Amino acid sequence: MRRVLPQPLVSLMILALWIAIAPAPSLGQFVLGSAIAVAIPWFTHPFWPDPPRLVRPVAAVMLFLRVMWDIVVANVEVAWLVLGPSDRLHPKFIELPLEIDDPFVATLLASIITLTPGTLSVDIDRERRVLLVHALDVTDVPAAIDTIKRRYEAPLREIFGC
Amino acid sequence: MLIEIVASVLVLLGGAFTLVGSVGLVRLPDFFTRLHAPTKATTLGVGGIVAAGLVQSAAAGTMGLSELAISLFLFITAPVSAHLLTKAVLKHRDPPAG
Amino acid sequence: MLSVALHAALAMVVVAMALTVYRLLRGPDAADRILALDTLSINAIALLLLGGMLLSGTVLFEAALLIAMTGFVSTAALCRYLLRGDMIG
Repeated sequence: MRRVLPQPLVSLMILALWIAIAPAPSLGQFVLGSAIAVAIPWFTHPFWPDPPRLVRPVAAVMLFLRVMWDIVVANVEVAWLVLGPSDRLHPKFIELPLEIDDPFVATLLASIITLTPGTLSVDIDRERRVLLVHALDVTDVPAAIDTIKRRYEAPLREIFGC
Repeated sequence: MLIEIVASVLVLLGGAFTLVGSVGLVRLPDFFTRLHAPTKATTLGVGGIVAAGLVQSAAAGTMGLSELAISLFLFITAPVSAHLLTKAVLKHRDPPAG
Repeated sequence: MLSVALHAALAMVVVAMALTVYRLLRGPDAADRILALDTLSINAIALLLLGGMLLSGTVLFEAALLIAMTGFVSTAALCRYLLRGDMIG
């Protein structure tokens, strides 16, 4: 099983994506999609870091919904900042101490931080385990760090058990 | 009728956020603050338009999931582009302290 | 009504593209221009999706998907050029 499908979840996603973008679902598209879904992980899995196991799938769905909601709310706040007078901005670099060690999970956290408007992951320092974050409008740095750790890092550690 | 209203509102929201993203690109004072602007256009701008398309095709009875693929792709690539850009800039400038 | 909304949104996206082109021409440095190009490709995706809804065809959707892919790869390649001085290798 592992030899034919090194990453079953990735294969499933590729197949679903192929069916979704196909002009009309048909048996031929399914066969072609399956072949691609098996072939791509063969070639790419040596480049992947060992992905950690998903321990709590329900928590993952909850986190996904929370991130979607935060994107909407933060977008409105940032739109307000962009359209308002520019002296209201307080841009700042923040050093976020990381408790996550796994590269894949840390990447997920960095991506979530970038996608929620108002904050942007700039760089990661693996030795000091610090994530450099740029924030568009921050006055209370410890509170901002606490929010990110509580809302995103803690659930991620719970989901992947690390 | 209700579906048309929902789709129209989503389309207008998507257009508005795309516009706000570009206004930010012009108005914001330095590179790092400007980098925040396209993240908006990607997430809610294209996202709103894609959501409108989904509502429309669901109402027409054809489940067009294909637009979702574009949104998914942008959600995955946007953080990577942003990170590459910051890396390229930090190579030439020092990160401003504080 | 949806058609009116689509036309209004198209107008907003076109204005957004004009603003992005202003940043593209103005700079001031290469990273700002790459950022503007990346934003321009996202604006183009929005434009094509709106056009696709207006004309209800699938051709424009496929064009949007292609721009999404080439836009990302060109941003990555240009950033690599700034980082390393060459694109491949």
